[in-house]
Amino acid sequence: MSMREAIARFVEDGDSVVLGTFMEAKIPFSAGHEIIRQGKKDLTLVAPISDMLFDQLIGAGCAAEVRAAWVGNVMMGSAYNFRRACEQGKPRPIRVTDYTNFTMALALQAGAWGVPFLPTLSTFGTDLLKRNPSLKSFACPLTGKPLVAVEALRPDVAVLPVQRCDELGNSHSWGNWGITLEASRASRKVLLVTEEVVSTEVIRSDPNRSWLPGFLVAAVVHEPWGCHPSPVQGYYNRDHSAYQEYHRETKTEEGFAAWSKRWVHGVRDRAEYMEQLGADRARSLRVRQDAFAHPTNFGF
Amino acid sequence: MVVAAGREIADGEVVFVGMRLPLLGFLLAKETHAPRAVGLYENGVIRDLPASEFLVTMSDPPNVKGASVCTDMLDVMGLLQQGRVHLGFLGAAEVDRYGNLNSTQVRGNPGWIRLPGSGGACDIASLSQRFVVIVEHERQRLPARVSYCTSPGFGEGGDWRRRTGLPWGGPAAVITTRAILRFDGESGEAYLASVHPGSSVEEVRWQTGWELKVAPDVTQTPPPNQEELRIIRRYDPEGFWTS
Repeated sequence: MSMREAIARFVEDGDSVVLGTFMEAKIPFSAGHEIIRQGKKDLTLVAPISDMLFDQLIGAGCAAEVRAAWVGNVMMGSAYNFRRACEQGKPRPIRVTDYTNFTMALALQAGAWGVPFLPTLSTFGTDLLKRNPSLKSFACPLTGKPLVAVEALRPDVAVLPVQRCDELGNSHSWGNWGITLEASRASRKVLLVTEEVVSTEVIRSDPNRSWLPGFLVAAVVHEPWGCHPSPVQGYYNRDHSAYQEYHRETKTEEGFAAWSKRWVHGVRDRAEYMEQLGADRARSLRVRQDAFAHPTNFGF
Repeated sequence: MVVAAGREIADGEVVFVGMRLPLLGFLLAKETHAPRAVGLYENGVIRDLPASEFLVTMSDPPNVKGASVCTDMLDVMGLLQQGRVHLGFLGAAEVDRYGNLNSTQVRGNPGWIRLPGSGGACDIASLSQRFVVIVEHERQRLPARVSYCTSPGFGEGGDWRRRTGLPWGGPAAVITTRAILRFDGESGEAYLASVHPGSSVEEVRWQTGWELKVAPDVTQTPPPNQEELRIIRRYDPEGFWTS
């Protein structure tokens, strides 16, 4: 399925959408850009961090609410659209519900397990606990000691990039996991974005690298370079300069409009985006030295 | 600051490394006095060998290659919540006299300036056995009281952490561009422990937003040695984090 079709069919106005479950790696930028092109409205953005992708969706006016632990540009610090939305209500006001990384992971795990909350010892004494209505302290029914309840999140859609998957949505992913497992179970619909499509035999040859049964996947989008400028282990490296350029070019609303015109509205899809990026720059991000894992024997 | 951060790590400790300068401090400690330290990253990476090259984020491919474990956030945060992490590093926009941190919003003119938020900072401040803060030393960044408490230090002082429900921990040091502050075990209040070369007790007190107490045995922070500088330049060859 094309990214255009997947976003049109599975992301609706008003949905809560998880984007960026692997922390700074494998962020589904191409899915975010397609959401902007299709002018989706009133979304609730959910993730611990989404590096600069949330800032782009906020600047495009797609978000009504952000539930996150950190919104900015990891390499450069603050991001300007998020600040403009919070401080000036531009291009529209947004509601921000502040989490910590751990409480975001717990909220999604509670959703994944089908329980109303999970307890934690984090956030006591903070303004975060006071102001986030999904965090509430209570006395442990067993010990009487204080705990914080983290309310379950059940997002409508999770967009999850993987290195490779088959046509049924069985996949392989490697590298750090972030909050991917809990997000995949907590969300009502999962869209997989894959660098490569392989046969089911490849997936079954290494079931320990496979983490999400295909029956939970609503759609598979084959989208090489779909995560640029974030890295995909074994496929391409992080394009640090893209984060620096974004920071430099989006200081004003006009700057962000020009940036969007070039990188989002000025291209029809990821293939055209990569043409815009240029073959030389893409080549410079490619894996310089392969590092294969040792073969694993599943024989009996 | 990187060198001072590295010196806070004892050999064999489990360290929540975080981003930016502490990432370099951890690499430095590994190569010098703490070769058996283990690094936990909130994305799920656990390393007992330093990454082979310069990192901008903890999820950069060189930090995954050669890791001892690639797991998920709940798993490493679970270890933190059990009390199995000795030390965590944090940055902040503001740190106050009891080591409370603000990375969510600061007062602007007019209104509030919105900052990125906690990330994992609040969890690390809540649940590590001790944490170390790295911050630029300017008067407005060290107010008497943070304008928003993102991550808990010693709260209002004394036994505040225990009373409020936090199981253990608290700040051990604030490493600034001018000095190192440490905390009184009883009151939980910060005091000046050492001054970096080129700064002075008077300057540090002037740049601090409360009447900063000074240790009777206040010293000068030992400057970085040649070996430490060599290691930092190897991991940050273009001075992205350290220039």
